[in-house]
Order: sequence, then structure tokens, then C-alpha cells
Amino acid sequence: MANAAKEVEVVQPKQYQASQSTWDEIAESKAFQDLMATKKTFIVPAFIFFVVYYFALPVLVGYAPQFMSTKVIGEVNLAYLFALSQFFVAWIIAGLYVRAANNFDRLAKDILDKAEDAKGGK
Amino acid sequence: MANVPLIMFLVFIAVTLGITYWASKRSSGANAYFAASRQIKGWQNGIAVAGDYMSAASFLGIAGIIAFQGYDGFLFSVGWLVAYLTVLLVIAEPLRNAGKYTMADVLAYRLKPRPVRAMASLSTLTVSTFYMIAQMVGAGALVKLLLGGYVTYNKAVISVGILMIVYVVFGGMLATTWVQIIKAILLMAGTFLLSILVMAHFHFSFGEFFGAIAHVTYHDPKGATVVKDFLQPGLRYKPPYGPLDLISLGLALIFGTAGLPHILVRFYTVPDAKTARHSVVWAMVLIGSFYIMTTFLGFGAATIVGPDFIRTHGGTNMSAPLLANALAGSVFFAFISAIAFATILAVVAGLTISATTSFSHDFWTNVIHNGVEGKPGEEVLVARISAFVVGGVAIAIAIVLGPTANVAFLVALAFAVAASANLPVIVLSIFWRRFNTLGAVSGLTVGLLASIGLILVSPSLMAIDPPTVTGTARHFIQAKAWFPLENPGILSIPLGFIGAIVGTLISHEPTSQHKFNELLVRSNTGLGAEKATAH
Repeated sequence: MANAAKEVEVVQPKQYQASQSTWDEIAESKAFQDLMATKKTFIVPAFIFFVVYYFALPVLVGYAPQFMSTKVIGEVNLAYLFALSQFFVAWIIAGLYVRAANNFDRLAKDILDKAEDAKGGK
Repeated sequence: MANVPLIMFLVFIAVTLGITYWASKRSSGANAYFAASRQIKGWQNGIAVAGDYMSAASFLGIAGIIAFQGYDGFLFSVGWLVAYLTVLLVIAEPLRNAGKYTMADVLAYRLKPRPVRAMASLSTLTVSTFYMIAQMVGAGALVKLLLGGYVTYNKAVISVGILMIVYVVFGGMLATTWVQIIKAILLMAGTFLLSILVMAHFHFSFGEFFGAIAHVTYHDPKGATVVKDFLQPGLRYKPPYGPLDLISLGLALIFGTAGLPHILVRFYTVPDAKTARHSVVWAMVLIGSFYIMTTFLGFGAATIVGPDFIRTHGGTNMSAPLLANALAGSVFFAFISAIAFATILAVVAGLTISATTSFSHDFWTNVIHNGVEGKPGEEVLVARISAFVVGGVAIAIAIVLGPTANVAFLVALAFAVAASANLPVIVLSIFWRRFNTLGAVSGLTVGLLASIGLILVSPSLMAIDPPTVTGTARHFIQAKAWFPLENPGILSIPLGFIGAIVGTLISHEPTSQHKFNELLVRSNTGLGAEKATAH
């Protein structure tokens, strides 16, 4: 195992290195736990929503083709409109994620600054 | 008039070779060669990701599928965009934060590097090579159709192969990135123009356009006249297995895109995770706009050109170029064809660099030489040599298969392998503390074997052809398919996950659990992430 650790050092010589206890300390800190919780609050529901919304399309089109062929505006049917809506829903989720991620960045920056300060102080 | 496409091809080639020369002056050192010194801007990388992704399969293939099978073809377009949400929400940032050049970097963090990198490299090479062969056969067939008078299929394949080797060997990631950017802009411009022309044909009336789509007239194989509503689902995916195949395709796209090596390596070319995030959003704007416009390309070809004409003038893949010809004549036809050619070239270059990076960084340096370069610069040298090998192998296979080969399944296979082998191990290694080396190796192995195995016995390779079908166009195995779906995702993705989970549970590796905190902190905060370097 010592060998594996050495390998990492050789491959990535310029990388930030810290002892196991430092990593554990950061991982268990309140700031990091907050960051993870904030991320989860957005990412988990957003992921579940888009997967369900997306797979509703092949399921409905595959198993209820008659219903999906219902014409809504002129010749345009439900199937096409639902497919088209997927693009806009994907863009909206991406936009919301970018907004939420600014918040993640702010939380992460505090952790980064603290870790790099500690390193510089040694 | 036949000179116009030739001139346009030559202009594109001259410009891209110029870029390669410029890039070769600037790229020295591994960071520059493999990751463009991590100095690509967010919007640039976004356009390049879009360029890497919108292959000939989408431009020519999707337009063709919609032109012949209507709405069901448009479903491909939807999946191809939505898949980027997985990249955005789950993969791009942790990968950029914790890795260096390849996806295996993230896996190797807390697992035993050698077995994990060896398998990850094998899987990367498999995905890239299959994908590349499909593109090369397409390029050869396209060039032969357009420049039949000057260039044979073999010559076309060889030229594409040589150009891609030149881009990659001399220009590295920087040249590849700019080739992608130029191609993506050309492709977007061409598609936009074509869409406007389609709408102009229908007097800018959506009512008239959709009215025409609802009444597409063509002749079936028996010669009878058929009028079909092309907006109606079910023209391609018919019961009993169609709906399942559609779901399986969706799974492969949604989970495969985030496991495609040539897309993943792009996130190492930007300075940090935030820029990687912005580049995914840029890519989503372009990719989404492009795939919405396939409505005009595909349905435009169906209504204005018609399936009958396309079938007798080059087949499904020629739908978009033929539409351009019908709307604005031969110069525009040449322009669109040149774009298709540029698309293929750019995508094969992207595939080559991801394959060579994985071979030299993962396999040569880290597996064979235990993570130590023999002498400085060896990693880049090995990558350059392997670009020749990868290019040579792809040229040889594409020539052996020939222009009529049934290769569409190769792209499906690439997505299936990426979704079933690569994605489960990347996700589990980032999110599951208990995950370990045996889990990664068995996940990659099971995912790879399951997707290849299921495609071998699927209707893409197993069917009984009539005696009129000859040569490489015939199905590989002349028997009824054992697995009824064209896309194995619905079975192979769960198998990949099961392989990874079972492998983990039957073995015990305390170090991988101890080091999880390090990966967790690095991937979520960017602490110690690889920095941009000066040229």
C-alpha cells in the first residue's frame, strides 16, 4: 500500500498533498458537511426529476401511441410537443443548476482558503 | 460544378492544417499536448464539446432517420441533448477537480492504479475505435458519393485517416480543440441556413410545414403509394419490442454520454471546475438548438425531397445534402457536404486523441511503468506513436469493411459500452465509500462484455438476409437474433452496476475506504486540482 501512495506522488508531483488526517479533518468539518448537504438538496431532486421527465417520453410514446398522437395545434400532436418540451426543460434545469452552483462555489471557497492557509502556515 | 465540393474540402483542410502548424509551435510538454495547457475558455470548450458530439451520425444519420421514419427519429435528438444533464449534474466538475488527463485518473485515486487503469484503458480504446470505424466508413462513403469522379472509397478513407493523424500527432489537444470549434460553427451555420430555407419553402408558415409533414407520400417496397403522418410515433419502433428498444436507447444515451472518453477528456482543457460547468452549459445551448433544428432538416427532407428520391440518390444518409440541393442548388449542396466531411474529420480527431491519451497516460506510463516516465517527454512521444497505430488500424478496418458495411450499430455499441462499463465505475468511485478495486475491475469487465455480447446476438448483427444482400452488407450471423433489442442498454447497464457492486462486496480493501475522504474533498472543492499552465 505504501507503494500505491508513492505512485500517486510520482505521477502528480505538483499537486496539493496533505496527510490522511488533514483530509479526514476537512471531510468531517461542518463547512464541508454543509457544502455536501447544499449540493445534495439541489442535485438529487433535479436528477430524479429529469430522469423521470425524460423516460416518460419513450414510455408514453411506446405504450400509448394513440394517446400521444392526439392533435393539439393543427397537425402538431402531443408526442411532438412533449418531445420539444424536453429541450426547454433540460435548458431550464441547466440554468437552475448554474445558479445553485454559485452557492456551492462560495461554500467551497471558504474550505479551500482555510486549507491553503493551514498549509502555508506550516 | 463538380469542382465546388472539391474546392470547399480543400479550403477546410488548408485552414485546419494551418491551425495544426500554429498549435504545434505552442504545444510542448504533457499538459500542453494532452490538455491544451488547460487554458481553453469556457465558451470555446463548450463549442468544442458540441463539435465533438455532433458527429456525422447526428448530422447525416438523424436527418435520414427522420426523413424515412418521421417522429421516431426525432426521439434520438431529444436523448442526445438531455444526456448532458447527467454530464452537468454528476460528472463534469468532480472529474475536472480530481483528474489529470483521463477518466481513469479519478478511478485510480483510491483504488489500485494498475488493474483499474488497464481495464479503463481497454474500455476507452474499445469505445473510441468502434466509434471511429463507424465515422471512417461514413466518410469514405460520403466522399465517394460527392467526388466519385476524383476519389475512390479507399483513397477517401486513407486521406481522412492521414489528416486525423496529422492533427493529433503535430497539434495535440490544442489543434484538435480548434478543429472542433471551427467545425461546430460551420455545422451550426449550415444547419441554421438549411432550416431557414425549409421554412421559406413553406412561406414561413408552421401550419403549412406541419400540414405537409402530416401527409408524406412515398412508395413502399411493393410499389404501392402510401401517405403517412410523419408526426405519428411508431414508424420505426413497432411492437412487440419497439417500445422496450426505445427505452433501452434512452438509457444508453442518458448514461452513455457521461462515459464517452472523448467528451470527458474535454473537461481537462479548461482552467477549473467552474469553467467546466460553464462549458457544459454552452455545449447544451448549441447541441439543443442543433437537435431542435433536425426537425427542419429531417422533416424538410421528407416533405420537400421525399423518401422515394432520397432512396434512389444515395440513400438515407444523403437526406440533408439532397435537401440542400433541392432548396438552393449545387453550390449549397457542396457547402453542406463539405460541412459533413469536416464533421467527420473533427470527430475522428477527437476520438484519436482520447484513445492515444488513454493508451499512453493510463497504459504505458501507469500500468507498464508504474507511474514513472522513463525519460521526460516519453508520455507525449508514446501518445504520438500510438496515434499512428490507432489511425492505421482504423484505416485498415474501414477499408476491409468497405462502403456498404452495416456499421450503424457501432455507434450504438460505443454508447452502450460507455454507459455499461465506464459510467457505473465513475459514479460509484465518486459516491460510494465502500467501492474498491475488484468492484471497478469487475464492473468494467462485466459492462464491456455484456454490451459487446448482447450486440453480437442482437438484430444488428444477427438476422437472416435474402440472398440478394451480399458482402459486408450481410448480417454477421445468419440466424434469428437471440436478443430482440438493437440497443443492449436496458440489460447491460444494470449488469455493469451489478458487476461493480458484487465485486466490491466480495472483497475487502480498507485503503480505498480510508482514501475516500481525500477524493470526496478534492472532487467537491477543487482542492489541489490541476492548474492551467503557461505555454
